[in-house]
Amino acid sequence: MTRKHSALTISIIAVIMGVLIGCLILAVTGRNPLNIFVALIRSLTGFSINRPDRGINLMYPLNWLLSSMPIILTGLSVAFAYRTGLFNIGGEGQFIAGCIACSFVALMVDLPPVVHTLACIVAAALAGAIWAFLPGFLKAYRNINEVVICVMLNYTALYFNDWFTRTFFPIDTFTLARTIDYPESVSLGNLGFGTASQFNWGFVIVLICVAVFWFVMEKTTFGYSLRATGFNSEGSRYAGMKNRRNTVLSMMIAGAFTGIAGAIVLIGNYGYGRIFTSFDNFGFDGISVALVGGSNALGVLASGLLFGLMAASETQFQILGIPSEISDLIQAAIIIFVAIQYGVSLVLDLISNNIMKKKVKEAA
Amino acid sequence: MLDLIYEMFPIALTSSVPLIITGLGGVFSERSGVVNIALDGCMQIGGFVAAALLVILEGLGVPGAIWYSVIAAIIAGGIFVSIHAFASIHMRADQTVSGTALNVLAGGLTITLCEIIFGHKSTTAFSISSIFQRVSIPVLSDIPIIGDLFFTNNYPFTYFAYVFVIISWFILYKTAFGLRLRSCGEYPQASASMGINVQKTRWIAVVASGMLAALGGATLVLTTQTYFHAGSINGLGFVAIATLIFGRWHPVGVLGAGIVFGFAQVLGYYTNSLPLLSAIPSQFFNMFPYVLTIIILIIFSGKNFGPKASGEIYDPGKR
Repeated sequence: MTRKHSALTISIIAVIMGVLIGCLILAVTGRNPLNIFVALIRSLTGFSINRPDRGINLMYPLNWLLSSMPIILTGLSVAFAYRTGLFNIGGEGQFIAGCIACSFVALMVDLPPVVHTLACIVAAALAGAIWAFLPGFLKAYRNINEVVICVMLNYTALYFNDWFTRTFFPIDTFTLARTIDYPESVSLGNLGFGTASQFNWGFVIVLICVAVFWFVMEKTTFGYSLRATGFNSEGSRYAGMKNRRNTVLSMMIAGAFTGIAGAIVLIGNYGYGRIFTSFDNFGFDGISVALVGGSNALGVLASGLLFGLMAASETQFQILGIPSEISDLIQAAIIIFVAIQYGVSLVLDLISNNIMKKKVKEAA
Repeated sequence: MLDLIYEMFPIALTSSVPLIITGLGGVFSERSGVVNIALDGCMQIGGFVAAALLVILEGLGVPGAIWYSVIAAIIAGGIFVSIHAFASIHMRADQTVSGTALNVLAGGLTITLCEIIFGHKSTTAFSISSIFQRVSIPVLSDIPIIGDLFFTNNYPFTYFAYVFVIISWFILYKTAFGLRLRSCGEYPQASASMGINVQKTRWIAVVASGMLAALGGATLVLTTQTYFHAGSINGLGFVAIATLIFGRWHPVGVLGAGIVFGFAQVLGYYTNSLPLLSAIPSQFFNMFPYVLTIIILIIFSGKNFGPKASGEIYDPGKR
């Protein structure tokens, strides 16, 4: 007897197993695994268990939300493509494309406040969508694996950004490694409530994106046909749905979410255009977020907050003597458990069957 | 001009060799029907184990430390990739997802181990004297032109790579095992019906790919760097996948593609000596391998060079 286990059950088990494995690694290497929880609680509530006299520091929960923002968006991006049967591993490239467009509008166009910021975000969304067009188009019309094209475009974006930024944008003369500061009209404000946190209005944009994702995917005919394409490509084509067009559009919408993430990080956390020397990994993190979130809007929001908590705790880990890369290890373990959900289901079935048998015996 | 080519060749080959060795790993895995996007992670593991063990053995004064380090790296790669093999062969995992997990895992694991063993986010530097030196092959290096280009003044890894290309070609195209392996990547259900153990064959192929990728990573760190750090591999595993595709999933193709990509990386350093190229910004040379791969894929699209069942979950019950 095999029963279907819900995506939520699998995700929760994966997260628990991931954290347990993290604890195990720490215990084996002679660190105190309980410190993981001390760090996580600090980031979640601002309360330090080791120093209760200091009370609650709001900066920590605000920073938690701040670091969740980009990965919720990249999570939505990966999830959107995944629902249409596409694997968007091109987040890094779309993110950088979004950054380039954001810097372009911020530095080269003169607009009043608010409008300027919104223009930056729209430009970033468009750039992300354009960067995601090629893998979608080639998948739809040439049947070329989107994963390979996405990965190639990630690295192309990395070097393209370096050249484009240095060639066309005014460069900061002191560091020579970034553009000059954005004008004051480009800002997401500050919601730090007097703390040093850079938390900002970008969070509202993230929530709007979550709502848009949910509405488009679950409540529109377009979303239905996207899901149908992902569920059974041949079947949906037979039913008259435009599979190829759906594939391209889905990839572009996914790219737009990631592009917005680029703009929000640049405007909210940096305030200038960056010259990337390596990836920020927000795009890759989005894969974990989408997988754990079961590729639906609320799930992605929740798992984005979870992974954001992990990311925000990295400095706390370091302070408590835990290598900050432990969060990568936990994340990897979680993805592996989501990936082998077939096996997890089998184990769950085995357990529930045993319980059933015991109950039957007891009854008899 | 000719002198310049002679000067560039060993340097270009040094950049090519990790790609060729790792790309060969990709050939085995993909030919058997398992996409191994974790090549990058395997390279990181290989690079880390080789560098870390070399530093430790060096400190103990063990003679021939480099051999132990390289062999340990290969074994570590084989063990590491087993996670991917288990997930994708037995657990019906999405191969891209489990490969991605391994890449994240490798990044975290290597740096965590660095912190535990060495106390900072990289290994300590190994001394130049304990790594392989550049050598020329007697007899072969006397062949005009080819000898000068391919067999003179290279690291031993370069010659290993040639040997691996020949061995891989022989195994895949001249042995019964190779034929079976390739059949598992085309139509595994048909292979199973002929009595081939698809799961066992894929296990061998995936473990071989992890071992080769780890050797590729070790080669990279031991020939172009002096210690292992988070940016050591810098996504070269993905370039190796490009090499594999550009080389049309064939060992000899991988050799050619690897040399092209190696040259692309090195050309950037030589733009000043080559008047034709000096007008091109160096970033375009960095982009070249990736853009070229996309173009090649577009040109080849519709012609099926790749293994048909690669990336598909093997369900023995499916017909």
